[in-house]
Amino acid sequence: MKTIKIEKGQWAPGLEKAAKAFRLIGPVKEKDFHSFKPLANGALPDLTCLNTRLSPKSLVYPQSEVMFTYSLDESREDHHQLKEAVKDTSPRAVVGIRPCDAKAFTLVRLNFDTPEYQDPYWLRAYESTTFIGLGCTSPCSACFCTSAGCGPYHEEGLDVLLADAGDHYLARVLTDKGAKFLDAAGWKTAAKDADKTVAAMARAAEGKITSFVQTENLKSLPNNDLYSATFWEEVSFACINCGTCTYSCPTCWCFDIQDETRGASGVRMKNWDSCMYPLFTLHGTGHNPRGTKLHRVRQRFMHKLKYFVDKYDRGIQCVGCGRCVRLCPVNIDIRRVCNMMNGFAASGEACAIK
Amino acid sequence: MQNPYLPYPVRIDAISVETEDKNLKTFKFVFLDPADEQKFAYRAGQFAELSVTGKGEIPIGIASSPTEKGFVMFTVNKVGLVSSFLHSMKVGDVMGLRGPMGNWYPWERMEGKNVVIIGGGFAFTTLRSSIIYMLHPENRKKFKDIHVIYGARTPGMLLYREELAAWERRDDIHMHITVDGTSDPNWKYNVGFVPAITEKKAPPAGSDTYAIVCGPPIMIKFTQPVLDKLGYAHDKIIMSLENRMKCGIGMCGRCNIGKEFVCKDGPVFTLEQLNQTPREY
Repeated sequence: MKTIKIEKGQWAPGLEKAAKAFRLIGPVKEKDFHSFKPLANGALPDLTCLNTRLSPKSLVYPQSEVMFTYSLDESREDHHQLKEAVKDTSPRAVVGIRPCDAKAFTLVRLNFDTPEYQDPYWLRAYESTTFIGLGCTSPCSACFCTSAGCGPYHEEGLDVLLADAGDHYLARVLTDKGAKFLDAAGWKTAAKDADKTVAAMARAAEGKITSFVQTENLKSLPNNDLYSATFWEEVSFACINCGTCTYSCPTCWCFDIQDETRGASGVRMKNWDSCMYPLFTLHGTGHNPRGTKLHRVRQRFMHKLKYFVDKYDRGIQCVGCGRCVRLCPVNIDIRRVCNMMNGFAASGEACAIK
Repeated sequence: MQNPYLPYPVRIDAISVETEDKNLKTFKFVFLDPADEQKFAYRAGQFAELSVTGKGEIPIGIASSPTEKGFVMFTVNKVGLVSSFLHSMKVGDVMGLRGPMGNWYPWERMEGKNVVIIGGGFAFTTLRSSIIYMLHPENRKKFKDIHVIYGARTPGMLLYREELAAWERRDDIHMHITVDGTSDPNWKYNVGFVPAITEKKAPPAGSDTYAIVCGPPIMIKFTQPVLDKLGYAHDKIIMSLENRMKCGIGMCGRCNIGKEFVCKDGPVFTLEQLNQTPREY
C-alpha cells in the first residue's frame, strides 16, 4: 500500500489543481452546523469538522431527484412518454468524508445494485465520485463505530484515507481512483514508515470510543420471536415518528416516487421517504400493515439489526456514526435497542434487559 | 445500464366495465413498440406497474395469460389517485407499463398435480391468467384435476362473467361459483361465503394437490382454517400478497414482510414461508 505525504502548505494549492479535473465537495460550516457543499472558487473543506449534521448520502442519493421528464401536450409526438433526465456524471471528489459515512455507501449499495436490478441514478452518481476520507482523531461521545463493523480509520468505501499528522497529512492510497485524484493534485512524495504511524493513530482513536453495541447473537435469534418481543412497547413509547433518525442516517435508503406536473409538462421524481410515517405503507383500502408507531419503530430496528443481517450476512445496517442518537428528540438510542435485541431470550425476556 | 424505472410506452386498446358497481374496469394495452412485447415476457401470477404519466404508478396483477398474444390485460379497481384517473382515460390514450415484476405461481412444482384455485372479489385477476394458462391445449395435460372456487358479493360483482360461463360448460375444469347473496331467482350456482363453499367443494388434501388462495384479507382469514381442517399442508397452500409498493424492484423499502419483499421475493408465497415472517400485509 502506497502512502503519500502531503505537507499542509501544499494542501490548498493541491486542491486548486485537483479542482481542474474534479468537482470538489467538502464539509462547510453554515451557521451552527456543517454540511457537504460544492467547494467553489478555491474554498477549502473544513477539516476541523467532527462530522456533518446530516450524512453525505444526499451527494449520491439526493433527497429529491428527477428521474424522468414528460410532456402531456398531445400535439407532441412523444407526449405522455417518459424521457430520462440529464445528469452530470463528470468526476467529482468528496474531500473530508468520515470513514463511517464512506462505509455506509457500501452497505446502501447492496440495496441499489442487485443481480436482478440496478438503480442507475444511485450507481452513476456513486461511480463518478472519489472519496477522500479523513481519519477521526477525536471521535464524538455518541460514536460507536468500532463495534458496528467500522472504525475511526476504517478504509472500506474510501479511495484515499487521510491521517492528520500535525504539519502534514499521510494519505493512504486505497484505489486507482484515489491515485488519480492525488496525481491530479500533484501530491507525489512517498511517506516513510507511514503504515506504523497510521496504525498507531488508529489505535489511539479507537481507544477513545467508549460506547458499544453487541451484535453477535442477532443472526441466530428467531425472527418471529424477536418481532414478538414485549420490549417494543417500551422502546416505541416515546417515539413521535418524526423521521429524524431515518433522514440523518447514512444507511437509510427508503424512497417514494411522485409525479409533479406544471401546465403540460412535468417530472417523475424519487424522494426520500421514511418507515416512520404511516403513509409509507398505507393501502388504498385504508388498511395499514404497519398502522401503529410500535410497528414502525420495530420495522426500523428490525430492518437495520435483523432483516439486513439475515439477508446479506454483512453485519448490521449501521456504521455507528451516532447521528440518530444525537438528534432523536426523545432520546431513543439504537445502541440500547441493539443490545436489548442481542440479549433477547424468548423464555427469559425480562432478565435479558439490563 | 438498463433503467428499471423506465416504463414501456403503451396505448389503451380496449376498456370494459366489469362489475355492476362500475368500480372495476378491464384495460387492454398494446405496446407502442412491438419489440417491447417480447421484453415483457411474463408468467401467470406476476404483476406490473401501470404508469399513468403525470399521476404516478400502481402495482396491478396481470390478468391476461402468457398464452394470449398481442396485448396485456389488467383489471383495476377505482381506489386512489392513479386508479381513479385511469378510470377516466379513453381508448387510444398513451401511458406506460413497467414489468413484469415479482415471482409467479409455482407452475413447475404444480405439474402433474391437482390444482384448486380459491378466489374472492377482484383478486381474481391473476387467477384468470392462471386458468387461461392451464386450459391452453398445450398446458392442460400438464395438470390433473382443476377446481375453481370463486366468490363475489353478488352475481353482478363477479369478474369475467362470460368466461366463467364458458368454463362452467367444460368438463376439464370444475367450477364452484358462489355469491354472498342474491335476489335473482334464476341464480343457478352457489350461495355462501368462499370458506363455506371451500369446505363443501374443495377436493381432499394430499401430496398431489395444491391450493392457490387469493382474495381479501377477511376471506383469507376464514379460508385458511378450512384448508387446515381439510388437511392441506402449509407448503401446498400458495398465496399471493399485496402491499403498498412504489418501485416494484425491491429497493424503495415499504412492502417488506421481514426480510422478504412482496414485490420482488413475492408476491407469491407458500403459507409455510409466510409462517416464518411477520404478518405485515
